[in-house]
Amino acid sequence: MKDFDFIHSTHLDVLREIGNIGAGHAATSLSALLGRKIEMTIPEAAIIPFDQIPDRMGGSENEIAAIYTPITGDAPGSVYFFSDAIQSNAVIQQLTDPLSESSKQDLAAQYGQSAFLEAGNIVIGSYLSAFADLTGLKVARGVPDLSIDMAGAIISHGLSRLLIQSDVAICIDTHMKIDGEATVRNFGSILLLFDPESFEVLFKALGVEIDE
Amino acid sequence: MNEVVTIGMAELSCSSESALLRTSGLGSCVGVIIYQEGSTHAAMAHIMLPSVTISSNREHKIGKFADVAIPELVRQLRAKGAASYRLKAKIAGGAQMFASAGNEMMRVGERNVIAVKEQLLELKIPLIAEDTGGKNGRTISFDPTTHELTIRTVHLGTKVI
Repeated sequence: MKDFDFIHSTHLDVLREIGNIGAGHAATSLSALLGRKIEMTIPEAAIIPFDQIPDRMGGSENEIAAIYTPITGDAPGSVYFFSDAIQSNAVIQQLTDPLSESSKQDLAAQYGQSAFLEAGNIVIGSYLSAFADLTGLKVARGVPDLSIDMAGAIISHGLSRLLIQSDVAICIDTHMKIDGEATVRNFGSILLLFDPESFEVLFKALGVEIDE
Repeated sequence: MNEVVTIGMAELSCSSESALLRTSGLGSCVGVIIYQEGSTHAAMAHIMLPSVTISSNREHKIGKFADVAIPELVRQLRAKGAASYRLKAKIAGGAQMFASAGNEMMRVGERNVIAVKEQLLELKIPLIAEDTGGKNGRTISFDPTTHELTIRTVHLGTKVI
């Protein structure tokens, strides 16, 4: 199963649908947090060589603020909620004190970082609980953590487990933005990566055949 | 203006003439440079995991595992005419990007650095300089003419080793 030849477009459609429902819940909770209407893109689900993943995050050296949570249980993997570092300040601003110009919070402040971590935690939580409801799988999430650094460095953390067996990864990603504002690719994005051992469990739970 | 050879994740490459060797976004990964003293022979790998023995699959990108990539760097350098007994190494990377990932499996940065050092020791290649560990991502570039390794981080600025 090293190259995932057994995965067809039907499988990816199913994954995209999971992403769609998960991200819908996530966008709703982000919207509630920010008090703004949130739009999201239709998720992409793809099998891609792992070295192309940083490109989906704005490039290997793009500076991002990312919340990472390992997924444990029936379908292990990793989930990231991230923004371009500059965009994350807009999220933090909305969360902390949108009206005050004098007490601007940003990523440089401890308080700003806690606010962003909490927002990411809530967004990831609603994504994963929708995922669990839909699949009937038991998934738990680990302690979320924040890193502000280069996208390539941040993604290598979540990739290390799945790279043991393969050079490709299944990833599902969705991008969100505040309704009515100009499209910014990395305002808030969710990236889900599954470990190879999760595929069979996942597709079985969804009632999609895997032909060996 | 120097030419630049960019090495992607799990790749490796030799420098031709005096082209800079560069790899970006090293997190838990380790950038390994092997070069020959007094010459412009140099090669770099972007290593992601310690050992191929933990995988049941044998087909991987050549630069992914420390125990495959480092002997391959040496092989390629020798094929280009480098003298093995004069090879030296510099390394950077092996950070832990997320502090909460405390369990053994996820401390992969630390394990990568250990595996790289073991390989260098086995091949009797002296480690001249390193910038490893911590919790910062690194982008590195190596100049085969001066043997200087420049390390850029988001939070700690740039340094040369």
